[in-house]
Amino acid sequence: MRSFTYQRAHSPAEAAASAAQIAGAKFIAGGTNLLDLMKLEIETPAHLIDVNGLKLDQIEATAEGGLRIGALVRNTDLAADPRVRRDYGLLARALLAGASGQLRNKATTAGNLLQRTRCPYFYDTNQPCNKRKAGSGCAAIRGFSRGHAVLGVSESCIATQPSDMAVAMMALDATIETLRADGASRAIPIAEFYHAPGDTPQLETVLAAGELITAVTLPKPIGGTHVYHKVRDRASYAFALVSVGAIIQRDGSGRVALGGVAHKPWRVASADAEMPRGAKAVAARLLEGAKPTAENAFKLPLVERTLAAVLREARV
Amino acid sequence: MPNVSFVVNGTRHALDLDTRTTLLDALREHLHLTGSKKGCDHGQCGACTVMVNGRRINSCLTLAVMHEGDAITTIEGLGTPEHLHPLQRAFIKHDGYQCGYCTPGQIVSAVAVLDEIKAGIPSHVSADLNAVPQAVAAELRERMSGNICRCGAYSNIVEAITEIAEAKA
Repeated sequence: MRSFTYQRAHSPAEAAASAAQIAGAKFIAGGTNLLDLMKLEIETPAHLIDVNGLKLDQIEATAEGGLRIGALVRNTDLAADPRVRRDYGLLARALLAGASGQLRNKATTAGNLLQRTRCPYFYDTNQPCNKRKAGSGCAAIRGFSRGHAVLGVSESCIATQPSDMAVAMMALDATIETLRADGASRAIPIAEFYHAPGDTPQLETVLAAGELITAVTLPKPIGGTHVYHKVRDRASYAFALVSVGAIIQRDGSGRVALGGVAHKPWRVASADAEMPRGAKAVAARLLEGAKPTAENAFKLPLVERTLAAVLREARV
Repeated sequence: MPNVSFVVNGTRHALDLDTRTTLLDALREHLHLTGSKKGCDHGQCGACTVMVNGRRINSCLTLAVMHEGDAITTIEGLGTPEHLHPLQRAFIKHDGYQCGYCTPGQIVSAVAVLDEIKAGIPSHVSADLNAVPQAVAAELRERMSGNICRCGAYSNIVEAITEIAEAKA
């Protein structure tokens, strides 16, 4: 690990200001992904701003009838919150499908949204990777690509966003609240949060340098049956090959988002509109424009079949 | 000049550490508490599991300087050879290990798992998110999935934890 200086921040304003002033600064919260990458020198911050003391660890009701989740709420606490379990079951299910008990105790809401891809070529510093080293090339496109993206891919990158939680947040229309060094705050709909890889896959989100996530808000609950199905190589503690998060209403209408298939949780308005017509129709819309490799083309039928299983479960 | 102080198994320690020092390395290399093991050093195997303020975490994936004022419990704080923790005794009785390298992490994790079930925290295999979770084998296997045992003592580990869960119930 490269050496770095360390600071405990005491307020969001102090944290955001430090991040803007100090070259190579990064925030650290749970640290479960950042420290993993720092050990491999894939992340090499010159300065760490510890944000754990910012008291952004509460879940509050909003005036609109939704929930405001502090950036530092741990994954375990979010999944166990009685309001989340009752009204946003999809979010609890997605969180519990991810990582291990030890990691969920440490990982935060904001950090989960920002976790980096698990593409093995991103992790292997002997290989070219445009996300790790801009312009170096992509070893995945002609490499072992079974786990990679089939949607939204570019000639530069076919990495997936690995978060389960983000899939639920996408289906729930979450909004990400941030604070910048100049004191300005903004609210970013999750649908606008992740950048497509294009020819700059190193730029993953719309966050500006030093911009701090302070909370994630959920709109008022929409009812319905909440289902999250994650297909993976072992029964627990593995990333998704494909995951489907859905909220299905009694009349058959609903929403669906996919994980494990793109650089972001994948949701398509026209696919939501097809929900009453069943898995085949919905999958056709979701997978429009898919560009699989020979190794991950299985993900296309897997999406349709997983979605069929989700719809069947919702009917029971 | 110390840059961090925390309590480990009831004893306060003030340490002057390189910022890069993980909590695991602080425990093993600086405090010589070698019960917590370094397996993968990337949060994948669970051999380094300790409890911080009563919650289990991977001590390899956190910096020691981030634990100012925290209370840390390692395997050494759970029991001693003369006074074993009930789960330590159950692991011996059920032969819940072979080489023993993952065992301290397994036992610390198991203690926390029983606390998490008692606190009503649901898991991936809980059929009803809003029901009180039970310490049945399927729940224990899912909740222990962050602790890898390369010797494959899993079935005996589940039996050991089940015995203590039933004794507590």
